[in-house]
Amino acid sequence: MDWITTVDHKKIAILYLWAGGLFFGIGGLEAILIRIQLIKPMNTFLDAQTFNELITMHGTTMIFLGVMPVIFALMNAVIPLQIGARDVAFPFLNALGFWTFLFGGVLLNLSWIMGGAPDAGWTSYTPLSTTQYSGTHGVDFYTIGLQIAGLGTLIGGINFLATIITMRAPGMSFMRMPMFVWASFITSAIILFAFPAITVGLVLLTFDRILEANFFDTSAGGNSVLWQHIFWIFGHPEVYILILPAFGIISEVIPTFARKRLFGYSSMVFATILIAFLGFMVWAHHMFTTGLGPVANALFSVSTMLIAVPTGIKIFNWLFTMWGGQVRFTTPNLFAVGFIPTFTMGGVTGVMLASAPADFQFHDTYFVVAHFHYVIVGGLVLGLFAGLHYWWPKMFGRMLNETLGKWTFWTFIIGFHLTFFVQHFLGLMGMQRRVFTYLPNQQFDLLNLISTIGAGLMGVGMLIFLTNIFLTSRKPADAPDDPWEDGRTLEWTISSPPPEYNFKQTPLVRGLDAFWKEKTSGHKTMTPAEPVGPIHMPSATILPFLMSVGIFIAGLGFMFSRDDFGNAFMGFMFNNYLVTAIGLVITFGSMLLRSLYDDHGWHIEPEELEGR
Amino acid sequence: MTTAHAEGAAGNLPHEPEKATLEGRNKVLAFWLFLGGESVLFGTLFATFLALRNQTNEGPSANDLFHLPLVAAATFLLLVSSLTSVFAIQAMHRGKVTVLRNWLLVTVFLGLCFLVLEIYEFSVYVRHEEFGMTTSAFSSAFYTLVGFHGAHVAFGILWISVLIGQLARKGLTVVTAPKIYVSAMYWHFIDVVWVFIFTVVYLLGKVG
Ligand code: HEM
Ligand SMILES: [Cu+2]
Repeated sequence: MDWITTVDHKKIAILYLWAGGLFFGIGGLEAILIRIQLIKPMNTFLDAQTFNELITMHGTTMIFLGVMPVIFALMNAVIPLQIGARDVAFPFLNALGFWTFLFGGVLLNLSWIMGGAPDAGWTSYTPLSTTQYSGTHGVDFYTIGLQIAGLGTLIGGINFLATIITMRAPGMSFMRMPMFVWASFITSAIILFAFPAITVGLVLLTFDRILEANFFDTSAGGNSVLWQHIFWIFGHPEVYILILPAFGIISEVIPTFARKRLFGYSSMVFATILIAFLGFMVWAHHMFTTGLGPVANALFSVSTMLIAVPTGIKIFNWLFTMWGGQVRFTTPNLFAVGFIPTFTMGGVTGVMLASAPADFQFHDTYFVVAHFHYVIVGGLVLGLFAGLHYWWPKMFGRMLNETLGKWTFWTFIIGFHLTFFVQHFLGLMGMQRRVFTYLPNQQFDLLNLISTIGAGLMGVGMLIFLTNIFLTSRKPADAPDDPWEDGRTLEWTISSPPPEYNFKQTPLVRGLDAFWKEKTSGHKTMTPAEPVGPIHMPSATILPFLMSVGIFIAGLGFMFSRDDFGNAFMGFMFNNYLVTAIGLVITFGSMLLRSLYDDHGWHIEPEELEGR
Repeated sequence: MTTAHAEGAAGNLPHEPEKATLEGRNKVLAFWLFLGGESVLFGTLFATFLALRNQTNEGPSANDLFHLPLVAAATFLLLVSSLTSVFAIQAMHRGKVTVLRNWLLVTVFLGLCFLVLEIYEFSVYVRHEEFGMTTSAFSSAFYTLVGFHGAHVAFGILWISVLIGQLARKGLTVVTAPKIYVSAMYWHFIDVVWVFIFTVVYLLGKVG
């Protein structure tokens, strides 16, 4: 019950982590099934329809329900601590964002047991995703589930933006913010401007499918390429939503374990901003083969390649940070160091793909699959591993086991390269993606076998990580405040895990790497910026949960509104939009309650603070 | 952190009660951000409409359908409602709770009139012109863009009505003031979007 009503950013972080982890596990199982099917030519392990459903759900689940929530988990756990705040700007909305994400994800995955999962690829290209070619409710689950989950993401993004703008501790100017906060700030801004586009896209597709509108139906004047534009105007920025937080994590972990300040801090900030900005101008590099013409292709090609410049700046800054530092290879740092070459390889193939004529060869082959997995798994997932190992003691008060951590790293990274390195060559030799099997003797056989073995090894790495978590959770929570001993930022100045109010007294920030600054000038703690006083806390509430349940019910109701039900009562409820109405009443009713009964929260008094 | 226990007596309120607390300032800031996102939302809908506006699939075209006097009347109502919401905020800044409430009521009333006109307009199209959601790509784009705006108006009406109720229960405080201020921002935003709709959908449909 505690967990359903909580509005504490640290608990919401843990909720995001478990929920994201669960979906990540589901997406991982789907990936393993895909790889088993492709282990040998003409395999009959899966049929074509199931395979299509699996790749669609794998991509969708991993991106929207797996890695994004884990990013949000780290942001929630870390941002308020790093900026010296007691909470986020809107604790209520924070909880609401989590629950809408969760119920959207649950809705999407219900498709497996309610008549078929979406099968048009995670990009849901029209006309493949129209009722004509995808007749089950699968794609409806996709559009409505993602719509609901996306709402949660948008709420989260706005919340982080407001938090970072207004709640920084005294003295923390923008140019003294830790890089992870900067990365989260820019990421949230991208979310704000990219997610509304997919919101509209999903609405249009829903209307085409359920209300028989004609946006993408060429026979009634619609335009199929329109979907691709809308999808990628969101979709390309989305990849920066994923990778920038990883950049932020790497920029925290490397200086800590090199005992040196981040090289080129301000160039890192501006590179991040530039990447975000350029990220909005390159969407059509996913559409070189749709026939936009040579001029458009050339422009998008060049603008895409430009992104390599700020990205390169970042890579070199990390290398220079380590240069001459006293580097310690703890588990988080292993992941961070492993990130650099792996992500760079993904970047290099990205530039290859950005060359329009070359892309005509690479498009829809395994080369593309290899590319984005180098970026997403070799970049983001390694970054998330680094961040999780790094902040685990802060989040849970327990250090993860270092030996198991190193095993996780080596099995995962070896498995990763085995899986995806060979896919570059499969792609160059002409193996198409999204095809459920292939003919023997095209030289695809051995490389596919290797790829599947690698996938298994990655699975083993995940299992070791889970074992580590399990074993750690049974030990006493005795991590010190600054468990890595070289912590540089504010989160390491308070206990692990932090008390619910985070900071007894808001700290005074005197420079970049605020805590390091105090340490080097001989202080053991931060100077407080305020006397000890009563601390205001928001009260727990079930309303965010209820609002999300309402949206979930409304979504299901709308989805089945045109179905023929054998059962008269069911037909009556759904066909007259009564189920939808019930859901909306629950949601709006909860909003009304929220607005009628203002809740002023409660206070923790100074005596109580001193008592601890 | 600032809790707002300041009750009722409007006389004691600061000049800009919506920005008196951190919570209030956060609300206003976050709402600006939210409107940034809403702009992308409507931008995408407008782009879709522009791409499909001539795809009539042998159904009625913009020129056949639109009846400018009706739309002009609706536009007038909405523009005036934006003005009355400005009056409401001015009254709030002067601490005049009753005047504030009355102007909010007028705003809601004008919004309702606008909505009634829009529903009437849609019903004429559907019944007399056989122009429904499924007629053509143009019709889908039209109903979606204009309907989305209409849904925003409807939501705004509900929202401001709830706030009027809240004002009656709790009076003007540093808690209620930011909400009223933010709802007025929302109302202006809806108005601006409508100006674009009037130009891009109706005027361009008649002449373009
Ligand atoms: C860890 C995060 C991961 C993310 C975010 C991710 C994301 C994606 C995405 C977006 C696609 C594209 C699907 C499509 O275009 O239809 C995809 C495809 C694929 N993924 Fe992953 N993936 C991840 C991990 C893995 C792992 C661990 C494996 C292998 C065990 C794997 C195997 C595959 C395969 C084989 C495909 C190709 C499907 C096809 O296009 O034929 N992925 N993934
Ligand atoms: Cu891209």
